[in-house]
Amino acid sequence: MKQAINNFKKYRFLLSELIIKEIKLKYRRSYLGILWTLLEPLLNTIVLTVVFGTLLGNSNKTFPLYIVSGRLLFTFFSNGTKGAMKSIRSNGQMIKKVYVPKYIYPLSSIMAQYVTFLISLIVLIGVQIYSQVKPTMYIFQAIVPLFILFIMVVGVGMILATMEVFFRDMEYLWGVLLTIIMYCSAIFYYSDRIIKTNHGWILKLNPIYAIIVNFRDSIIDAKSLNLEALIYSGAFSIVTLIIGIWMFYKNQDKFILNI
Amino acid sequence: MSNNVIKVDHVGVRFRMGSEKVDNLKEFIIRKIKGNMNYKDFWALRDITFNVEKGDRVGILGLNGAGKSTLLKVVAGVLKASEGSLGIKGRIVPLLELGAGFDLQYTGAENIFLYGAVLGYSRDFIKSKYKEIVEFSELGDFIDVPVKNYSSGMRARLGFSIATVVDPEILILDEVLAVGDAKFRSKSENKIKSMFKQGVTVLFVSHSIEQVKSICNKAILLEKGTLIAEGNVTDICEIYEAKIK
Repeated sequence: MKQAINNFKKYRFLLSELIIKEIKLKYRRSYLGILWTLLEPLLNTIVLTVVFGTLLGNSNKTFPLYIVSGRLLFTFFSNGTKGAMKSIRSNGQMIKKVYVPKYIYPLSSIMAQYVTFLISLIVLIGVQIYSQVKPTMYIFQAIVPLFILFIMVVGVGMILATMEVFFRDMEYLWGVLLTIIMYCSAIFYYSDRIIKTNHGWILKLNPIYAIIVNFRDSIIDAKSLNLEALIYSGAFSIVTLIIGIWMFYKNQDKFILNI
Repeated sequence: MSNNVIKVDHVGVRFRMGSEKVDNLKEFIIRKIKGNMNYKDFWALRDITFNVEKGDRVGILGLNGAGKSTLLKVVAGVLKASEGSLGIKGRIVPLLELGAGFDLQYTGAENIFLYGAVLGYSRDFIKSKYKEIVEFSELGDFIDVPVKNYSSGMRARLGFSIATVVDPEILILDEVLAVGDAKFRSKSENKIKSMFKQGVTVLFVSHSIEQVKSICNKAILLEKGTLIAEGNVTDICEIYEAKIK
């Protein structure tokens, strides 16, 4: 254990270099560059608000805020896990030539996504002003679901990263699963629509939905965190983290034989 | 007090070769059910034991397929041995391929920090060595150009420059000194020789017996995955030369 910590200290600089590199290169050649981290969720929210709000009859003023709060979190879950999943394969050349603790690759990818995610939260401020929702002290609670979300992405990311090395079709499978999760997270519709038709259990089982609920508690509804959602998502994320780390460590020595 | 910086103890590396590579879930499940998972074992290295003392420069000789690169990968920590143990005392800088830690979209300057980080150095240390690295590479203003625009010689110079200027304790070279023009080859050989005084330990794989005799004081000879001879460089080179006649 001590060796693992010392090892991490030695490669701390590498972790930060890899994170910076991923962010730098993501927008190096594009014209608007880093602005896209703000523009993309904003434009997307406008589209979703128009479709599910105006066109399908949802004229609630806080609806855009409702959408964007769910959407931003889900986008991080999606991009973070996808990035981690591909990280071993895309760094294959380096893995074959130099020793670097392998968990650095998925971890740096996830953290780079997390940084762009945190920047994109700026969009929230704009939408909040538009929705005329006053920020309250409860906003600081948001740190908890955001932290749980990070842990969950690391856990799921490690599981996917391990599986993708041995089974290349994991990518497509995960793409489909992500779509299913997205539709079942009450991002662009109100949860009572599903609960009314006796399918509310889908939402209850979805840990991403639980995180989004807690986030919306802090940002929109200005009340203390829903305990059920908090405990469920917290436990889920810790369990996936343990499973992810265990799977990764058990198989990492075989990675080089499969990339 | 043992002066060993590298201790290779009965190391073996086994590759499992399936008759067909299974790399997707569907195939895997079908084969598991059918019980069709047969494979052959290939021992790239078997029962390799030798020690390297601080300051030794060990040449690793052998024909193609003898297991030289596999052995280097095990020592560098890239490949895990299937059996046996490995003891390393000191910081390893592996040069298994020049520029393996490079990102092609990054400039030479950015890659110096990236590659340095990959080798395990801190930002401050690399900063202190930065000027020396750029000077040794003789890249001049090209240091600010993306590496994807470099010629292979430029990449070799940059990679070698970073790896050697950072004062490695154990240097592992896998046929990298054969890359580049004659000027670069003599420059890199001289640089390595200048590091001998600081007690750098070197593991050197090369097909050029000349270079091995010039740089190394000891050598080992591998054949089909086993160590068939070890000793001082002139003796082993003689045995090797006799084999290839």
